[in-house]
Amino acid sequence: MTSAFEYAPAPESRSVVDIAPSYGLFIDGEFTDAADGKVFKTVSPSTEEVLSEVARAGAEDVDRAVAAARRAFTSWSALPGSERAKYLFRIARIVQERSRELAVLETLDNGKPIKETRDADLPLVAAHFFYYAGWADKLGHAGFGADPKPLGVAGQVIPWNFPLLMLAWKIAPALAAGNTVVLKPAETTPLSALFFADICRQAGLPKGVVNILPGYGDAGAALVAHPGVNKVAFTGSTAVGKEIARTVAGTDKKVTLELGGKGANIVFDDAPIDQAVEGIVTGIFFNQGQVCCAGSRLLVQESIHDELLDSLKRRLSTLRLGDPLDKNTDIGAINSAEQLARISALADQGEAEGAERWSPACELPSAGYWFAPTLFTNVTQAHTVARDEIFGPVLSVLTFRTPDEAVAKANNTQYGLSAGIWTEKGSRILAVASRLRAGVVWSNTFNKFDPTSPFGGYKESGFGREGGRHGLEAYLDV
Amino acid sequence: MSKESTGAAAGRLSVFKTYKLYVGGKFPRSESGRVYEVTDSKGQWLANAPQSSRKDARDAVVAARKAFGGWSGTTAYNRGQVLYRVAEMLEGRREQFVREVAEAEGLSKSRAAAVVDATVDRWVWYAGWTDKIAQVIGGANPVAGPYFNLSSPEPTGVVAVLAPQESSFLGLISVLAPVIATGNTAVVIASERSPLPALSLGEVLATSDVPGGVVNVLSGRTAEIAAPLAAHQDVNAIDLAGADEALAKELEIAAADNLKRVLRPQPVDFAATPGIDRMTAFLETKTVWHPTGSLGASGSAY
Repeated sequence: MTSAFEYAPAPESRSVVDIAPSYGLFIDGEFTDAADGKVFKTVSPSTEEVLSEVARAGAEDVDRAVAAARRAFTSWSALPGSERAKYLFRIARIVQERSRELAVLETLDNGKPIKETRDADLPLVAAHFFYYAGWADKLGHAGFGADPKPLGVAGQVIPWNFPLLMLAWKIAPALAAGNTVVLKPAETTPLSALFFADICRQAGLPKGVVNILPGYGDAGAALVAHPGVNKVAFTGSTAVGKEIARTVAGTDKKVTLELGGKGANIVFDDAPIDQAVEGIVTGIFFNQGQVCCAGSRLLVQESIHDELLDSLKRRLSTLRLGDPLDKNTDIGAINSAEQLARISALADQGEAEGAERWSPACELPSAGYWFAPTLFTNVTQAHTVARDEIFGPVLSVLTFRTPDEAVAKANNTQYGLSAGIWTEKGSRILAVASRLRAGVVWSNTFNKFDPTSPFGGYKESGFGREGGRHGLEAYLDV
Repeated sequence: MSKESTGAAAGRLSVFKTYKLYVGGKFPRSESGRVYEVTDSKGQWLANAPQSSRKDARDAVVAARKAFGGWSGTTAYNRGQVLYRVAEMLEGRREQFVREVAEAEGLSKSRAAAVVDATVDRWVWYAGWTDKIAQVIGGANPVAGPYFNLSSPEPTGVVAVLAPQESSFLGLISVLAPVIATGNTAVVIASERSPLPALSLGEVLATSDVPGGVVNVLSGRTAEIAAPLAAHQDVNAIDLAGADEALAKELEIAAADNLKRVLRPQPVDFAATPGIDRMTAFLETKTVWHPTGSLGASGSAY
């Protein structure tokens, strides 16, 4: 299909962000080299341009950072909550002030469209700090006892799909509750966390309260296993989540895990089709589908399957894939060559197993990591593309006849993070929502997030909640 | 059986009870055919208790899973009524439990009576919680958008419970009642040395409107039964109250395979009024976003 509209390029300027040629680890308020001097390069996934060279944390650096956090804990936890609150309010405000710079930075390092970093990631980051700032001096009213205590040092390991937002989800409640943190960003997206270190400096945060250790899985494993860590928070794959659960077995470390998903987006025959199509697109193509709560399984009532698929394909043909810094771009780059290979392999497997593959006509840039929006139809529950988390812009379409069948299929997964329901019938929303085994259910919408709204999974999608009053529990000794 | 209940002096030979497991609402022996000797605190023979096998553990999980949909789907009010009924039945069998607890834990009759009374009161306490916990830990979240956003607690699913080893009855009920009050179903491993009060509890539950399979009671070697439960892919959570440090670590590692929720062993004063932690340990939070629509310029957007 030819595009109805041609758009002139509308690139956001890179000049708002100044990326240094190299960055250190942020330990005890100072940028420092790794003890063994190791570094790694971070690239822009849309161009493969090297953005910067970053110190790579090892076990010795984890030791140093945990020791710094441990030292800082004594005075930080003893501060009146109202003082901790003001630090967090300062951070929230500085994030707002620097949000365009951070949005461009995130888009460069991650590959996601500027439209998303500007309108979703950054506003949510600031909102999260603002929300938890207010809790810091009200913990006694949160339902965890009159004077709940922090846990100590939190070791936090975050993924590359929402680098700064995941940092906010981890650091804001931890600091509000009076903990200090050592955070390891993902190896493909270390930059926004390092810019956050500078925000901590501007906010005058006492040294050692926040420590940032860019690095690989070995640094994350060392952090999780470190005896000086009292609390482990991880967002990432289910396989690594299980490894962490084994590592902390027999200790008294408190753990929260936000892991994978295979969310069902259920469309009933009375759903408003156009709205549902928008929701399906948001559900699986937001952030190139690299979202743990993505609606990666579309369950369509059989009677509207053809009509819905026609509309969906028409809509997908209008999505613009390309330069993430272009303000009109809908689909950006896949975060890394490794992730692109994983997505490609799973999509090929879907085809090999007999599912029908479709993508809109879509020109992929020659440099960088790209994957066209992809649909699989004629998918059964036994297909790999219906069972495994792909973590990419790939939607598997299944059908159902009755609400019972929809619920049974939606729940037929090891995961339990998210689900969507599309129907005009209120009682059906309530009935189906109550039977879905998932931590977040969106009715007639999808992929909505808010700092007040608890987020987290059932079953192998992990345990614990982030966000809201519930999110405080993970960082309090209760 | 205590000396008086063996009954020779009374001129009548008493009738012994064969203690059995309680699984799926029925009273099977162990499929393994094994039993082990249960003695009182002085080493006197009390009974032969079933020594459950891996297969018994798996059967119990199947029964618990089958019961989960119905039990979690009952109204909270109804669950409260059923739990209260259990307390009534316990009260009716007070003398039996006083004797069993006294023998099991080596307590005087009056101390044992106090323990049984506290146990009945604990059931009543949890019976009252069924329709309040959601109001205490759930609620609406004020999201920045036109949505009604509601978080509600939901039961985790099938919970394996290693009952405390020392407190054979009050401890047992203190870990079991919070699991089922919120709609989970349970597979309970009784105190290894003192399983008889737990096995008798099965008889109480069978006559208390608790649907079969909601609570399943196994006796035997804790480590032997707990290992397949901790590794079982259809068990959602495990309470390690009755495990020692080494066993607890081993089971927690096995439990990671399907990311079971794990409640680690911790010192508990079972005589004190519990908090809500044992309930929240086996609850999930579900958050549902409902669109509320919003008034457009014409006032007719919904």
